[in-house]
Amino acid sequence: MNSPVAASGGSAMLQLESVSAGYDGFQALFNVSLEVRSGESVAVIGPNGAGKTTLLRTISKLIGVTSGDILMEGGSLRNVPAHEVIARGIAQVPEGRRLFARLTVEENLKMGAFLPAARPRHDERLKFVYSLFPRLQERHLQIAGTLSGGEQQMCAIGRALMSGPKLLLLDEPSAGLAPVIVQSIFDLVKRICAEGYTVLIVEQNIRQVLKVVDRAYLLETGRIKSSGPSAELLASDEIRRAYLGI
Amino acid sequence: MQIFDVFLLEAVLNGLLLGGLLALLSLGLNLVFGVIDVIWICYAELIMVGMYAIYYLYVVFGWPLLLAMAAGVLLVAVAGVALHQFVIRPVLAAEPINQLLVTGGVLFFLQAAATLAFGIEFKNIGVTFPPIVVSEISFSMPRLIAFGVALAGMLAVYLFLTRTYMGTAIRAISQDRAIMPLMGVNPDRIFIITSALGGALAGLASCLLVLQYDIHPAIGLSFGPITFLICVLGGLGNMVGGFVAAFIFAQFISVGGFFLAVEWGYVIAFLFFIAVMFWRPQGIWGGQVK
Repeated sequence: MNSPVAASGGSAMLQLESVSAGYDGFQALFNVSLEVRSGESVAVIGPNGAGKTTLLRTISKLIGVTSGDILMEGGSLRNVPAHEVIARGIAQVPEGRRLFARLTVEENLKMGAFLPAARPRHDERLKFVYSLFPRLQERHLQIAGTLSGGEQQMCAIGRALMSGPKLLLLDEPSAGLAPVIVQSIFDLVKRICAEGYTVLIVEQNIRQVLKVVDRAYLLETGRIKSSGPSAELLASDEIRRAYLGI
Repeated sequence: MQIFDVFLLEAVLNGLLLGGLLALLSLGLNLVFGVIDVIWICYAELIMVGMYAIYYLYVVFGWPLLLAMAAGVLLVAVAGVALHQFVIRPVLAAEPINQLLVTGGVLFFLQAAATLAFGIEFKNIGVTFPPIVVSEISFSMPRLIAFGVALAGMLAVYLFLTRTYMGTAIRAISQDRAIMPLMGVNPDRIFIITSALGGALAGLASCLLVLQYDIHPAIGLSFGPITFLICVLGGLGNMVGGFVAAFIFAQFISVGGFFLAVEWGYVIAFLFFIAVMFWRPQGIWGGQVK
């Protein structure tokens, strides 16, 4: 598999330079700047409606950038259409998992390896995904729509890993899952980070995500409000009062 | 009594052969609808274009029959892509009724253009086969060929859709179009490939029909409505449903025609269709798997 550099001190992988974006007529992001270095795990936290999902959709070019620029390993994504972003090494696990409900688990994973460059490595990566999630291997012929919520999230993450990404974008992986499952999803995210993947994760479940990632940005009404190492944010009065109810 | 049974058996077997052909006809229409969400009302007119192409290449220009047929398939595949790019693409985001009207317009355009270009007289490629008789039951050779080729064609499409990356993407896009770019899939490209495949299936159908029927500008009306009804019966966009519905429909036509008169077979089949629509408006297998 990929063997990305160990955490901390890597070179800049993803850079957002005062990015503004939105849906027709409605601006959702205002001059957002952030950076994810190679081997890092970074979270964007914030309340519902802050623009977190919009941020990830903008990075994947599903939403157009109105001003500013997105750089992946120094190269601008300005003129890259949405379906070519994944070829730059960015894979996204979308909000709500969005599996192909009537395809089998294995067919869903196959779709993750659709890129011509990823196809020759399909078998090898499938083995890797199954080693991460043995549960998926047990259910590889099951129709994805009949999986439990937690299994669907594994399948969605596995599908994204099948392209062999350098950067993994995770959109609210814990949303809509039972509290018991949520913990296991964060354990899972922790394992992905430990595998050496560079991860940008968006979450409302602030307390738990901050225990998993290295650094985080706080996004409110489309603007970055503060940022810092996870431990620092967990201890900050602002976050504790507003989001952790302490 | 013995004779009666043999004729009934013959009707059932002929219904089976007809079912294979109807299943092929419905597959292309279902595939395009399932993926692009637009009904090619002019589907049977694409078949007519293919039949004329084969006629002219074979009879007038003297090409070998198989080569003329291959060219016919290719031509209709290109016509399918052109239909998508120039007619359907501009109305992809429009109301379904507008999409129907646009492809309906193409139907009349193709009919009128064929009348102007080729005249209204019936044309036949003049290839005849002796009937095959197996213990008192006679089969028409073109029907047997049509059945075999239709099954082989459907098997090829099935393997393409289940075994290849592109085929899997075609099934996936009908389930969630919006996230396809995240897989590295360009939806526009999938639509073009699907349109080419739908056109190629119409082209294959024209190869089989040209062996059995005369060609004239209104020939599409003989197959268009019935193909559409079969798709609706099986659940629009449901390829497996359309496959099964084609065989059921063909049995009504063939066995119904056996007990009454040939024309009554169609009446009974359409009555069956109407009855099903009261019972399950979404089609027998509608609203389930695609």
